[in-house]
Amino acid sequence: MYAWIFRTLPGPLWFRIILALALVAGVVLLLMNYVFPWLSQYSPWTESTIGLMLL
Amino acid sequence: MTRSAVRARTRPTVGQRLLGGFGETLITLGIILLLFVGWELWWTNIDADRAQTQVTSEFVQGLQVGPGDGTSAPEKDFGPAPITEIPDGETFGVFYIPRFGSNFAHPVTNGVGMDVLNNVGIGHYPDTQEPGELGNFAVAAHRQTHGQVFWNIDKFQAGDKIYLQTRKGFYTYEWRDTEIVHPSQGEVLLPVPHDPGAKPTTSMLTMTSCHPPFTTRMRIIAYAELESWRPADAGPPAEIADLVKKTMEK
Repeated sequence: MYAWIFRTLPGPLWFRIILALALVAGVVLLLMNYVFPWLSQYSPWTESTIGLMLL
Repeated sequence: MTRSAVRARTRPTVGQRLLGGFGETLITLGIILLLFVGWELWWTNIDADRAQTQVTSEFVQGLQVGPGDGTSAPEKDFGPAPITEIPDGETFGVFYIPRFGSNFAHPVTNGVGMDVLNNVGIGHYPDTQEPGELGNFAVAAHRQTHGQVFWNIDKFQAGDKIYLQTRKGFYTYEWRDTEIVHPSQGEVLLPVPHDPGAKPTTSMLTMTSCHPPFTTRMRIIAYAELESWRPADAGPPAEIADLVKKTMEK
């Protein structure tokens, strides 16, 4: 998969390396801004309140 | 041997390619999971710290505060503390807790939904009492992630003070005790904790967070009692005067 992506990128080698890094950065940004905040609701570290049913 | 001959000999079969793709997918998922852990435990703190610093400074800049006279909280008696009314969903105060760090200044906002706790740190349980009111002024914050505001909640020692600044002035609470309860034990939020129907005679502050760290199995509850108060124009108590000044200049 990654080999195929790298082969498909246009331009000379140095340009493809830069493009590949940009792609990785883009994916990481997408994850941090959209995927992780959504995933976070299932995370085991973010509950700190206590049962509210009594009040 | 020509180059194309080498390639022809080493070209993978369909099965090898599928297996290779499967391996790449697993490696990718592993990296994404590690990234997520890093994001949750580290990046959310940076994000939340930035947001909370901004909320704090916006809040304190709207306050009129006297210069302070170098006296500590209980030295002067300003009479009974007034009640700070809490508007829906608004930031209404700043907590200064020296035990949590000499620079600890975090805003407190009405509500304990994830929108409050994840972004602005400390949240007030809307159905509990208000600062200065007889009963239980209860708040929650994360033990880790999103600023980990109450990370040190287990470190309180006898005599520790917790300061709350609102537009009315400065409330000084003194830590009393800490307990660990099951997440369903909402009775810690009652006007008199664990005693339904009892009439409160003191103004308490109850802080809740997760326990043990990095799990949500139990809750840690720290109780404090209102010890004294100073109106805003009398200035902050001497113990936090520098920190208040620094926070207001930010």
